Amino acid sequence: MLIPVMLGVSFIVFTIMYFTPGDPAKIILGERAPAAEVAALRTQMGLDAPFLVQFFNFIKNAVQGDFGRSLVTKRPVAEELFARFPATIQLAGSAVLIAVAIGIPVGIISAIKQYSVFDGVAMTLALVGVSMPNFWQGLMMIILFSVYLRWLPSSGYGTFRHLLMPAITLGTSSAALITRMTRSSMLEVVRQDYIRTARAKGLDESVVINRHALKNALIPVVTVIGLQFGYLLGGAVLTETVFSWPGVGRMMVDAIRQKDFPVVQAGVLLLALSFSLVNLLVDILYAYIDPRIKAQYK
Amino acid sequence: MNKEMDKEAMRTKPLNPPASGASIEEGSEAASVVAPQTVKAPKQRSQLAEVWRRLRKNKMAIFGLIVITIIIFTAIFAEQIAPYGYQTQNLRRIAESPSKDHWLGTDELGRDIFSRIIFGTRVSLQVGFVAVSISVIMGGFLGSLAGYYGGKLDNVIMRTMDILLAIPSILLAIAIVSAFGGGLVNVMIAVGISSIPVYARIVKASVISIKEQEFIEAARAVGAKDLRIIFKHVLPNSMAPIIVQGTIGVANAILSAAGLSFIGLGIQPPTPEWGAMLSGGRMFIRTAPHIATFPGVAIMITIFALNLLGDGMRDALDPRLKQ
Repeated sequence: MLIPVMLGVSFIVFTIMYFTPGDPAKIILGERAPAAEVAALRTQMGLDAPFLVQFFNFIKNAVQGDFGRSLVTKRPVAEELFARFPATIQLAGSAVLIAVAIGIPVGIISAIKQYSVFDGVAMTLALVGVSMPNFWQGLMMIILFSVYLRWLPSSGYGTFRHLLMPAITLGTSSAALITRMTRSSMLEVVRQDYIRTARAKGLDESVVINRHALKNALIPVVTVIGLQFGYLLGGAVLTETVFSWPGVGRMMVDAIRQKDFPVVQAGVLLLALSFSLVNLLVDILYAYIDPRIKAQYK
Repeated sequence: MNKEMDKEAMRTKPLNPPASGASIEEGSEAASVVAPQTVKAPKQRSQLAEVWRRLRKNKMAIFGLIVITIIIFTAIFAEQIAPYGYQTQNLRRIAESPSKDHWLGTDELGRDIFSRIIFGTRVSLQVGFVAVSISVIMGGFLGSLAGYYGGKLDNVIMRTMDILLAIPSILLAIAIVSAFGGGLVNVMIAVGISSIPVYARIVKASVISIKEQEFIEAARAVGAKDLRIIFKHVLPNSMAPIIVQGTIGVANAILSAAGLSFIGLGIQPPTPEWGAMLSGGRMFIRTAPHIATFPGVAIMITIFALNLLGDGMRDALDPRLKQ
């Protein structure tokens, strides 16, 4: 399933870039280059071949890890992207960790104490978390923690202090989603007959929750966490821009401004591929933690 | 994953909220709660009245509805409400903090921020509603074809949707805007296209569950044509999940558009778009933080209200959730 989807994604991205106004040959040589030179370069780059031939060549090279050269830096795109990719993974991974560390406990407590003050406050905050644009949240954190309090650096990369604000910014909406998801999943599980049975047996409430309810309630939450990680890889574009984080997202935004198509094209592909891979992993993990699914394949 | 979600979606009844990729949280929340009780609605009431009765009981949803109504009126009467024009510059008062004359201060070009936010409601609401309309119409069309006819057509349409879903929607929107340029219209199209798959899935799921019902069989028996059946019988009965997803979709569209403008690919200045205003204020966060602060608050209030209403609508349209 992954390969046809990636081919499809490549086709869409390639088509969008193909119809983008602006001639790569002209971008390399500059606007004032003589027409003959531009034409020669176009032939050399294979830009005057028919659309499908160009697409075929692109795929042929891409499979071999060759995404062409950046029109601006002239270095191979794959090299540039992979240099930036760890930063994006690090950011998205930390964001997911923060989201899980907040979302799951808060969701569980909210469900156990449904309609309590804690629940009310947590649910309102979760809704605020979903409603905040993350680039704005990032700016607000910079104003508070960098400009006024001078606790954390507003940009840069390398240390834990640099990572903290971008990761929180990116993780907030996921934390909110995971909280809501955990809560509703818990509430549903607690209503099931086997929980009533466990309680009727006289089991301690903490055992009922930890051993019986939690295990079942977290199954759908794992799916959401996986989807969120994939989504954050894409959503990191904005956060990376706010904090000047040297990841793939910011690289793409810069590339768009400079009309550096090969970089944009490969960047979208890389992020879409990671997104699909994460989803695939989640599916596998899902089968692993839910014995009912594993049983289907035996 | 996708196949499972399709199956999940097929199981949902017409009144169920979506079980789709992008709204996984809403979808699973709804699909996972299967209470055996049925609706005990008095027979005289129409479905709409019944939904309204239930929505009215939800204080948070009504609060959201009131806020959105206020925002809509603000957009309509922007000229009357705003104390200054959105392009009126006062070069003697640049980047001033909030004061009696300028409630939310002035921006880097000496324009009144409050007035620009007021005019900005127009842009954001427009983007939100038009983008969602694009995705609902296109997604609804593709989804109902796939659901109604099934077979090869279904396969082609839904696999294409899978491919689109593999690109995170903000990235797809960025790619489209970077290719065709920014500006209001392109942003609406880009944001709209990027969430077509979500609606295609929802509509397909409800069409599948409805088309097997007896009243559709009856319509076919009296010789109604396919198109008539789809438009007159199937789609009206699958509106509930679309309305819920659409409300939350407007919120997401506004957020995406603001994000695009923030990175400079969306709506261009001097149009008073909230994301673009924020982006403009970014350079001055050290000296005049209020420039970037207030447009963000406006976005947050709007999204918050839409989410409250969307949550409330979901509960009101699917009575099995709230007992």
